[in-house]
Amino acid sequence: MDRGLLGLSGDLKNWKWVGLGNYKELFFDDYEFPTLIINNIKWLILSLLVIPIGLGLAIFLNQNIKEMKFIKPLFFFPFVINLVVVGLIFSWFYLPKYGFLDLVFRSLGLEPIAFLAEESLATYAIIFAFFWPSIAYTMIIYLTGLTNVNREIVEAGRIDGAMGFKMFWYVILPQLKPATFIATVVTVVGALRSFDMVAIMTKGGPWGSSSVLAYKMYEEALFSYRMGYGSAIATILFIIMDIYIVWFLYRLFQNEKSEK
Amino acid sequence: MGGKMKIFSFGVVLTTLFTSFVSLAGTLVINNNQSDPRAKEVMYAFIDAFDKAHPEVTVVVNDFDHEEYKVAIRNFLQADAPDIAVWFAGNRMKFFVDQGLFEDVSDVWESAGLNDSMAASKGSLTVDGKQYGVPYAYYQWGVYYRKDIFDKLGLNEPRDFEEFKWVCAMLKKNGYTPITIGTKYLWTAAAWFDYMNMRINGYNFHMDLMAGNASYEDPRLDDVFDKWAELSNAGYYLEDHASLSWQEAITPMINGEAAMYLMGNFVVPFFEDAGVADNVDYFQFPMVYKGVGMAEDAPTDTFHIPSGAKNKEDAKKFLAFLANPDAAKALAEDNGSLTPNSNATPPSDRFKQQGFAVLSSASDIAQFYDRDTHPDMHGDGMKGFQEFMVKPERIGAIRSRLDKTRKRVFSSN
Repeated sequence: MDRGLLGLSGDLKNWKWVGLGNYKELFFDDYEFPTLIINNIKWLILSLLVIPIGLGLAIFLNQNIKEMKFIKPLFFFPFVINLVVVGLIFSWFYLPKYGFLDLVFRSLGLEPIAFLAEESLATYAIIFAFFWPSIAYTMIIYLTGLTNVNREIVEAGRIDGAMGFKMFWYVILPQLKPATFIATVVTVVGALRSFDMVAIMTKGGPWGSSSVLAYKMYEEALFSYRMGYGSAIATILFIIMDIYIVWFLYRLFQNEKSEK
Repeated sequence: MGGKMKIFSFGVVLTTLFTSFVSLAGTLVINNNQSDPRAKEVMYAFIDAFDKAHPEVTVVVNDFDHEEYKVAIRNFLQADAPDIAVWFAGNRMKFFVDQGLFEDVSDVWESAGLNDSMAASKGSLTVDGKQYGVPYAYYQWGVYYRKDIFDKLGLNEPRDFEEFKWVCAMLKKNGYTPITIGTKYLWTAAAWFDYMNMRINGYNFHMDLMAGNASYEDPRLDDVFDKWAELSNAGYYLEDHASLSWQEAITPMINGEAAMYLMGNFVVPFFEDAGVADNVDYFQFPMVYKGVGMAEDAPTDTFHIPSGAKNKEDAKKFLAFLANPDAAKALAEDNGSLTPNSNATPPSDRFKQQGFAVLSSASDIAQFYDRDTHPDMHGDGMKGFQEFMVKPERIGAIRSRLDKTRKRVFSSN
C-alpha cells in the first residue's frame, strides 16, 4: 500500500496502482494526521491576528512627525529579511539555557520554559516567530493604503461630526478595504505554507508535534522517498486552500456586483 | 545521517538545485556533501592532490549542504548525474544499487589492490558479490567524557551498565548533567537505541530488526527500553534536548556542566577548537550482559560512480587514487575519522588510536540506525526514540506505531 496514486515508490522504479490507498492511509492510519490538521488550523486562526496588529502599527506610524522617518525603517526591517533567518533568530531566542528568553525568565525569577522542546507549546512558539515578519508586511500594506485615503471624504466626515473611533470605523476602514483584502490573502496563504519556519525551528518536532501539512509533505516525499503519499498530502493541502480561495473570490465578486 | 550535520542553508540548496552541472570531456564532476568547514577543507585538499597526480583531468566540485544532499542525491542521480557522488556504505548504498543507479566498480577494487588494502570494509560495499563504491573514511562511536570532572569526583571509566548508572548518579548528585544530547535532528537518539539493543540482544537480532524481519513489539526489546528508561527517568540526560541540535548540545560539555556524550569521533574537532580537548577522553559504550558480543557502530563514508556518469574513465582514476596511503590517510584523519586503507601508517592521535583498537576488537560492525534500516523506516523510528527519551511512559504506543510502519515499509518491498 506504499505506492501512490500514480505513485512513485520508495525504490523509484516499481510503480504500482493503489487507487485511493494513500488517502485511506492518510485519513485512517496515519497517527500524525490529526496533529497536522489541528496545527494548520492553529496557524490559520492565530495568523489572522497579524492583520489588526499591522493596522494598529500602520496608524501609529502614519504621523507627520520628523522622527518617524527614522522609526519607520526599524519596523520594516523584519519584512526585509528571509524567513529562514527569522527562524534561526527565533530558535536562538528560544534556546534553553543560553537563549535570550531563558535569560528574561530567570531574571524575573521564573522557571524557564523551553518552548520548542514542549509538544504543547512548540507550534505556538513558531507562530509567534512568524508574527514578526508578517506584521511588518501587513503594516506596509496598510501604510500604502493610508496614503490613498481620500482627504475629502475625511473632511466631509468631520463636518458631519464623526470623531475618533467612529471616524476610523465608518470613514477610514471602509476605504482600506483593498488593503485588508490583500493583507488577509497574503497572511492566510503564508500561514498555510508555513513550511520554512517549521523546518528551521523544530524540524516538525518534538516528535512531529509541531509538524504541518506542508512539512509532512516534504518529509514523506523527499525524506522517506514516498512521492505518492507526499502528493496525496499536497492534494489535501490544496483542497483546504481551495475552500478558502473560493469563499474569498465569491465575496469579492459579490462586492463588485453591489458596487455597480 | 550519523554524520556531520549543519545548520540548514537554503541558499546552498537553491543554488545547487538550479545550477545545471557542468560536464565536459576530460572534466570530472564531483558532488560533495562535506560542508562543515573542516570537512570541506579536507575534501578539497584530497581533490587537489588528485589534481596534481592527474593534471590531464579538470575537476569540478558541486558543494551541497550535508543534510540537503540526502534529498538532492535522489534527484541528481537520475536527472543529471555527476561522475563521482559522495555517499554512505551499507543499506543507504544498496538502496541505489537496487535501482541500478550506481556503477559496479569491482574492477577498480581489483586493479588498485583495494581487495587487500581495504578488505575490512569490503563487506559494506558489496552487493551480490560486486563492489559498488570505495570507502574513504569510517569512525568509531562511543562515550566522550570530561576527564577533569571524573577525576575531581574520583570516578573511573565504567566497565558495565551498572557502573555506568552509578557514574551517572554520582555526577547528578554533584550537580553535573551526566549525559548531554541534542535530539532536534533525531539521529543522536538512535545511537542510544543501537547501542542498548546491540549490547542487550546482540548484533544479529539488531540486524534482523533493521532488515524488518523482527518486530518492534518483540519481547526481547522490553529489556532495552526498560534499561534505557532508567536513564531518562533518573534525569541523567540534558534537559530540553528535543530543541537542541547535536552541536548545540556540545556547549554544556565544553562549559564543564555536562560530563558525557555518546557521539561519533567527528565531535573531537569541536573540543579541539574550544580548547578543552585535553580534558576530554573516550570510552567504549559499556557492556550490559556478559557473553553478548561487543558490536560497534562505525559508519563508513564512500565515493560512488553513478550509472549515468559521463566520464567514468576519469572517475575510476579518482576512486583508484584512494589506494594512495598518504592521500587516503589525510582525507580521513584530518577530519577526525579513520582511513579504511590498511597500508596507511597507524593514527597518532589518541582518540583515533582508541577508536582503532575498539573497532579492531569489535565482534561486529554496524553502520548506524539510519544507514542500516530502510529510509522509509528511520524517520518514524527516530521520532519514536526521541519521544521515548522525553516521555518513557508512552513506550507501548510508540512501539505499536513503529511496528505498523515496519509492516508497511517492508511488506511492500
